Amino acid sequence: MFEHLSIQLIMGQLLIGLINGSFYAMLSLGLAIIFGLMNVVNFAHGAQYMLGAFAAWFLLTTFGVSYWGALVIAPIMVAIFGLIMERLILRPIQHLDHLYSLLATYAAVLIIEGLMRQQFGSSGMPYAPPLRGGVNLGFMFLPWYRLWVVLFSLLVCIGTWMLIERTKLGAYLRAATEKPDIVEAFGINVPRMISLTYAFGVGLAGLSGVLAAPIYQVSPSMGSNLMIVIFAVVVIGGMGSIVGAVLTGYLIGVVEGLTKVFYPEAANLVIFVIMIIVLVLRPNGLTSGRGTST
Amino acid sequence: MNRLLLIGLLLIVAIAAPFFVYPVLLMTVLCFVIFASSFNLLLGYAGLLCFGHAMFFGTAAYITGYVLKTTPISIEIAILGGALFSAAIGYGVALVSVRRSGIQFAMITLAISQFIYFVLLQSEFTGGEDGMQRIPRNDLFGVIDVADNNAYYYVVLAFAVAAVALVYRIVHSPYGEVLKAIRDNEPRVESLGFRPERYKVLAITLSAGLAGLGGALKATVFQFATLTDVSWTVSGEVILMTLMGGLGTLVGPMVGAGLVIWMNDELSQFGEWSLIAQGAILLLVIIFFRRGVVGEVQNLVRLVRSR
Repeated sequence: MFEHLSIQLIMGQLLIGLINGSFYAMLSLGLAIIFGLMNVVNFAHGAQYMLGAFAAWFLLTTFGVSYWGALVIAPIMVAIFGLIMERLILRPIQHLDHLYSLLATYAAVLIIEGLMRQQFGSSGMPYAPPLRGGVNLGFMFLPWYRLWVVLFSLLVCIGTWMLIERTKLGAYLRAATEKPDIVEAFGINVPRMISLTYAFGVGLAGLSGVLAAPIYQVSPSMGSNLMIVIFAVVVIGGMGSIVGAVLTGYLIGVVEGLTKVFYPEAANLVIFVIMIIVLVLRPNGLTSGRGTST
Repeated sequence: MNRLLLIGLLLIVAIAAPFFVYPVLLMTVLCFVIFASSFNLLLGYAGLLCFGHAMFFGTAAYITGYVLKTTPISIEIAILGGALFSAAIGYGVALVSVRRSGIQFAMITLAISQFIYFVLLQSEFTGGEDGMQRIPRNDLFGVIDVADNNAYYYVVLAFAVAAVALVYRIVHSPYGEVLKAIRDNEPRVESLGFRPERYKVLAITLSAGLAGLGGALKATVFQFATLTDVSWTVSGEVILMTLMGGLGTLVGPMVGAGLVIWMNDELSQFGEWSLIAQGAILLLVIIFFRRGVVGEVQNLVRLVRSR
């Protein structure tokens, strides 16, 4: 039945799955951090990822800033954009039902994507990969840039985890997730922490966007369909669980890649099928996390 | 008595409307009135935000279209069949998602709607990217010819009146009271011996069926069904209609549907600006006017009266 399968095909799809998984992991990580502290589901995460890719493209074409420069500057630009968004649309409604913040960030997506499409059209813009060539592994050709994406995203995920679990700042963050009023009573500026956390999560989305620019086309709608997949990943991993989000991200990417090998028609569907199965079997998510600390 | 007078007046306006306004535009508004009312039933009265409501709308459009294309069944049965099919999907969605509340329910319904989008995209019978075209309008009750838009308007109007009356009945029934109580304080309702999950499952099923009715009608109005009807932009549009008109009011979704359809019609030549305007209005409504148009007017009336 599977005689068309070759090691090249499987390894190739596995690699693609791992790369997609890297993006799923980084994006759901940012989403989980934001949700953990603010109880906000940031619908604009996909749009902010797109803005990261556009920032890199813009920096390159207008100022000649190289990919490596953009890797630092673009996420900061997107994070500042996140700070402004938090002030303008999330803070005025933070005392309301959290459904409103989901809807407000959704409205922001309509505006951001609409403006970008108005400005740049819906077709994709190419962005040349900064690392050319690759290595021949015998059974397949591995481009350096893709290897870099997988390793770097792993580093980012582990680094973020260390920041939250092993530093004093992270301890404040975890404490504020559990009991914001008490943390505030200890003299910590919780509103500012909320702003910075949102900016950090948004910056992560921007960083993913820069990483994605050379792999996928830079286009205004690159984030919106991805967003729904990320939602499914977060539901599968358990809301607000950082480790759950990251692991599920990689896992789902790989499963999706393998589905492309064995049953290509279902590749689009498999994530959602897994989500439904998990919802039926484990109504509280795979890693039923209470806060960011799990 | 005042209310009856108002309803009568509205009905007269609705009956006379196609003589003054293009009937297809009116029928579009009516389809979305049903759709938005069904969404409002869920969010406004049960407190459940379904972020993928278009899946019920669009699926029914395809099912009704397919039935009409392949069988000689009379049109009203095909429409009700589409609505029933969506109600069945709604029941399935409810079983899977009802245990997660609030924000997670929204995310899950969005993901499931995307799943259904891909299923419809890949199914043979939907025509994939091209959509389903040339859906015939079979005779009403098997005898009355409704090919003419002016005639068909009254069929759509009858369905819309029935749907809104049904929502009114549901909301003002003992069942509706329990639903509102669950929205306001679920643990307390549970402690009174009710089982909130059952009530929510029924609400989702009813709402899905009504949304399906709107979609099925839309397929017969335009005589085609496309993937847009299942997409998350339409899911977002119905949210805008309901919030803009007035969440948790019976008239709000009607006003909202009319306003959004009118706005889309006016802005359709400006490309992206129509979506940008939708986003901007939704944002303004959320931050400043959460009562929506109808809610703010009611509030004003109340203020004036209390003076």
